[in-house]
Amino acid sequence: MASYSTNEFRGGLKVLLDGDPCIILENEIVKPGKGQAFNRVRLRNLMSNRVWERTFKSGESLEAADVMDQDMEYLYTDGEFWHFMLTDGSFEQYAADAKAVGDTIKWLKEQDVYTVTLYNGAPLTVTPPNFVELEVVETDPGMKGDTAQGGSKPATLSTGAVVSVPLFITIGEVLKVDTRSGEYMNRVKSS
Amino acid sequence: MKNQPDWRPTATLAALKSRAQQSAFVRGFFAQRNVMEVETPVLGRCGVTEPNLDGIPAKSTAQGVEGGWLQTSPEYHMKRLLAADSGSIYQISKVFRNGERGSRHNPEFSMLEWYRTGFDDEVLMTEVADLVCGWLECPRPKATSYRQAMIDWAGIDPFVVTESDLHQRCRQWLEPEQLQDLSRDGCLDLLMGFAVEPNLGTETPVFINQYPASQASLARISNVDGFDVAHRFELYIDGLELCNGYWELTNADEQRARFEADNRQRKAAGKTEMDVDEAFLMALERGLPDCAGVALGLDRLLMLKTGTRDIADVLAFPIERA
Repeated sequence: MASYSTNEFRGGLKVLLDGDPCIILENEIVKPGKGQAFNRVRLRNLMSNRVWERTFKSGESLEAADVMDQDMEYLYTDGEFWHFMLTDGSFEQYAADAKAVGDTIKWLKEQDVYTVTLYNGAPLTVTPPNFVELEVVETDPGMKGDTAQGGSKPATLSTGAVVSVPLFITIGEVLKVDTRSGEYMNRVKSS
Repeated sequence: MKNQPDWRPTATLAALKSRAQQSAFVRGFFAQRNVMEVETPVLGRCGVTEPNLDGIPAKSTAQGVEGGWLQTSPEYHMKRLLAADSGSIYQISKVFRNGERGSRHNPEFSMLEWYRTGFDDEVLMTEVADLVCGWLECPRPKATSYRQAMIDWAGIDPFVVTESDLHQRCRQWLEPEQLQDLSRDGCLDLLMGFAVEPNLGTETPVFINQYPASQASLARISNVDGFDVAHRFELYIDGLELCNGYWELTNADEQRARFEADNRQRKAAGKTEMDVDEAFLMALERGLPDCAGVALGLDRLLMLKTGTRDIADVLAFPIERA
């Protein structure tokens, strides 16, 4: 596998550190006078999601991590694994476990496209698109005509996610939701 | 890399104007003091032996002369002018250091370098303060020895600390296996960069001087309190290293010995050894007048003037956009 030396370090580079795949967030050079140069590097461990800060002597290198982001369509779950298929026409399928799916589980809708991060060819994480459109399956009765500001109520979506919505939303409506904040954006269409 | 090119400058128009004013200020400063402006090659025949500086090799061909190096500093050429009786000289030039890019580094940057015949390091420090404080309108720097700064901020005495205590201190940043092949000076550089520098000049600007003789580079050496120290100084403002000055070594044999020691260090570190610049050594043999010299980073000076911590804010086009 390839390796990267300190002067190739840059944000976004995926490397192996202590056996775990990490993504470099920031690389700063520290070099007093005419002295030895060091690199102060902030990395996020892709397994634990923790941010590490490490120091390297200039010229040291790290092994490249075989980490790739791929667009995949969500197919179905068998209860143990969540199955995805590459959208590049190869129909190649990958099975992600609960750890890889993580919190994304509440945004998973069949036939929608997600970013699946593969590590050594196996799903490491599943990232939802920034916005998803999901149907309301449960909420208190809507108050017709109440389109004014103020007041909200919980609504359960088809995936099980619960979001806070305006009072006028009714069961069967499809909502656009921001997956990063979990916030309701707007109605997509009425049933 | 599939980075989209970006045609726009990273510096604001205000920063570019400030750069122009800075150049005018510098030229006015030296004109008033009768120091002559010179230009020396940016593309030179030789690189440098310095163990921690990597030049950028060129592939030029002209008149049977091939190769060459983008210069890491105009020092050798300027000293050849001094040996040719130029008298005091200064230069604003572009210099190059491979692999260096960060919030305070760009592989190509602007250097102000000047030499004053008849000056020693103390007198030159006064002139550096005149220039820097005149431009930044900041308080005049105080001076602290390298030893004192290390004791104050890193908690070790660089001249007497044992190897094992030094390694212990460095463990805050490096793993034991990373320390194995790091020299004593390498460990001191780590502490200087991580523990000391961020604290230097945060209240008033500070000169660090009396460096260990092992970090003398091209400076003369004297004995102070029983330890060999170099007549070398650096100026720090707000944790930013601004310049590096020397009471210059004029002895050609000593210079050659230091070049050879540099190359041994390069070899040990797995770097290519560099040809010694014979023309420069010949100039030293001809006789360099007694002088002190200093190199000052103009981009960093402008960072302080414009109040930014990112060098990209004062460069029209840093390397990613160059």
